[in-house]
Amino acid sequence: MMDRRKLIKSTAAALLATGMMPKIAFANVPTNKRFVLMFLRGGLDGLHAMPPFADPNYKRLRPNIVVENPIKLGGYFGLHPSLRPLMPLYRQNQLLFIPASSTDYRQRSHFDGQNFLENGSGRPYGALDGWLNRAIVSLNGGDQRLGLAIGQQVPLILQGSGNIQTWSETRLPELSDDFLQRLSHIYKDDEIFAKAFADAQNREGPNLSMRPGMGPIRGQDLTRSAKVVADLLSRRDGPRIAVLESQGWDTHFDQDRRLNGLLAGVADAITTLRSDMRSVWTDTVVLVVSEFGRTAAQNGNKGTDHGTGGLAMLAGGAIKGGRITGYWPGLKRSALYEGRDLRAVNSYEGIFKSILIGHLGLIDTVIADQILPGNRTEPMPGLLV
Amino acid sequence: MESIETFIATNRFGLGPAPGEAERVASDPRGWIHNQIDRRPKTPKALSGFRDSDDIIVDIFDNRDDAPARKKNIRRALRQDYVDELIARARHMISTPKPFAERMVMFWSNHFTVSSTKGIITPAIPAYEREAIRPNIFGKFEDMLIDVVRHPVMLTYLDNQLSVGPNSIAGMRRKFRTGTPTLMNENLAREVLELHTLGVKGGYVQDDVVALAKALTGWSHGAILAGLDNDRLHGKFDFKKYMHEPNSKRVLGKRYRDSGKKTGVKILKDLARHPSTARHIATKLVRHFVADDPPLEVVYDIASIYLDNKGDLKEVSKALIDHPAVWAEPTPKVKSHYELMISAFRVLGMTDANPVNFVEPLREFGQVPFSAPSPAGWPDQASKWIAPESLMRRVEWLRKFAGMTPGGIRPDKFLDDVIGPVAGDDTRLWASRAPSTDVALGLILACPEFQRR
Repeated sequence: MMDRRKLIKSTAAALLATGMMPKIAFANVPTNKRFVLMFLRGGLDGLHAMPPFADPNYKRLRPNIVVENPIKLGGYFGLHPSLRPLMPLYRQNQLLFIPASSTDYRQRSHFDGQNFLENGSGRPYGALDGWLNRAIVSLNGGDQRLGLAIGQQVPLILQGSGNIQTWSETRLPELSDDFLQRLSHIYKDDEIFAKAFADAQNREGPNLSMRPGMGPIRGQDLTRSAKVVADLLSRRDGPRIAVLESQGWDTHFDQDRRLNGLLAGVADAITTLRSDMRSVWTDTVVLVVSEFGRTAAQNGNKGTDHGTGGLAMLAGGAIKGGRITGYWPGLKRSALYEGRDLRAVNSYEGIFKSILIGHLGLIDTVIADQILPGNRTEPMPGLLV
Repeated sequence: MESIETFIATNRFGLGPAPGEAERVASDPRGWIHNQIDRRPKTPKALSGFRDSDDIIVDIFDNRDDAPARKKNIRRALRQDYVDELIARARHMISTPKPFAERMVMFWSNHFTVSSTKGIITPAIPAYEREAIRPNIFGKFEDMLIDVVRHPVMLTYLDNQLSVGPNSIAGMRRKFRTGTPTLMNENLAREVLELHTLGVKGGYVQDDVVALAKALTGWSHGAILAGLDNDRLHGKFDFKKYMHEPNSKRVLGKRYRDSGKKTGVKILKDLARHPSTARHIATKLVRHFVADDPPLEVVYDIASIYLDNKGDLKEVSKALIDHPAVWAEPTPKVKSHYELMISAFRVLGMTDANPVNFVEPLREFGQVPFSAPSPAGWPDQASKWIAPESLMRRVEWLRKFAGMTPGGIRPDKFLDDVIGPVAGDDTRLWASRAPSTDVALGLILACPEFQRR
């Protein structure tokens, strides 16, 4: 059911005849490095995922939503128990935390904050494409096999002139080659339809059933997506850069209960990537981000409202992990941003740059000109092996 | 179908030409749309038998101490009040002679999104649309805004039902008892400013969010039993004075002396008439009826009508219908997955939408009504609906659907009836060369002309 859409050669030929076939469809993949960005939409509460349990201000600000029994990462920070499955990675120095981090966005709208993180121009809606797509174009003129989006839509961060594969599950019947070929003629003069149609034909689905020892895919969406990402990114000619999205992080109420499940899902997805990517894991960086953090204090409903400083989490064999890095502003009243939020003293943009340069091998002038134009943050040092 | 204007009326404003509709529209496309405007539309017969949100909410929250009984109630409500009404609503949209009114219901329901992502109130969302949206689509925007913000379903979705003013009676007690300083919840206030009224660049700051949140403290419903002054369980709006922040509030530079629940109403009215709100609403309407990238001069025209008429949506709707920009391009917009499905059922006269043939495919598309991923609702741009994977999903379903159509349809006549005036040469050619009727119908349904409006 899952690998049902294969490369449809006759349609590809038909498209070639009408001049629509992307020119470099079969170029060599230019990098062996893998990058997976996991986007937690809604505003992850970093203080809940990695609570500063030893800070008296933490309990003062959040008397009713203190994380019980955190896993101690030293004497100050702890890890939420739902993230326990990640501890082996931490001990193998393949997991890294950057608290008090965020993009340069300083308002508190989900939609602007997400757009800001994705378009990379330094303004909400400042660009119509995404910075990760621009990075892909810079890597190899937009080799269509480089980028992978999971789900029916391509998220903004991957939208742009570089072709992106998408993958999602379906139970609808497969179309015949004949039908697709006819349709290719009907679509050829409608730009949006023609491009989406051509992109859909030139891709292979993941072959999940071929993997020995793999049981049936479990129910959690993020884990299913991680399985697909791991399979496709592991292939010799497969995509190299993937974006996974997770919804539901806007915890205005009943945060403790909701984050128990959500964080367990993230842990499960990361451990799935780790186990399924096998040997290519050494060349992999997984980055977990969210559009902003949340208020330092709890709100009236055992939840938190929109804030500023959040958390970045990195995993992978290419990460210099097993530690917490970056600056920590503390939770004193005077240290809070606008008297209410954890201050974002560490910059997501610096993390992005560090990965783009140190991992994917892009040069800093390209980043300054095209990928994150106008952003002056230095790459964050010491993240990679 | 003969004229492009008939195509635009039945597709951009309607939900696709039902059999015979094009002939009725042809003599006066604009008049056909105008005639669907009712100052206060009645609940359609198809939806009038469903329970109101009061009953549903009581059902959801009743039996607090009896978990199995409560679970049973919720399951029943999900079936009877959510799925069944969702189907009845789809059937109504497929068969109604007033599809423009239904399009406006969808537009405003999406503007004031409530989503099943908040599980607890899911069964009451169709009732919310029926009670707070439907009666107001051609009324005053401020009336819709107030009905929406007061509605228990919205109050629950955006977490206002337990938001407590720090200096209210409940707030003082809690501070004294537990020492927690923060008792409010800003979620509803922020989205009212950002999504429902001014828009994100509409000129408000964090202090305005907090002030509006204070004004809305105590706006709750009767199934929230805080045990202080009202123990009778009911599912209607309930102002809990003991939770309400007593002092005056300053929003957008204007000071509002506290007058209980009236404070919030006053602020909402002012927000509804604010020029930023006019621009925000006009932008969304023009995006829906003119182009993904709304031309500024058209937005200006519509925003002016909005302001001149104090947010009267009847006048705003009329202005949209009569604006020349609407009639300039035949197919500038792409249908959402839901619109695509409704229009496919509608043009084929297939009024028997059911859980299998309608809801299941919607799940595949990821667009079951009232399940938008965030309070911003569903997007309204082509790029959001036509990505490689989602386009293939649409085509697969349309092809399958073509095989389920009643026999006896002649593809060439069907093409002329449905997309005649805008059909491209390639569409005509390849449909005419199809090896069978259902391949031909599949191609006609899958062509860009049908997927656009």
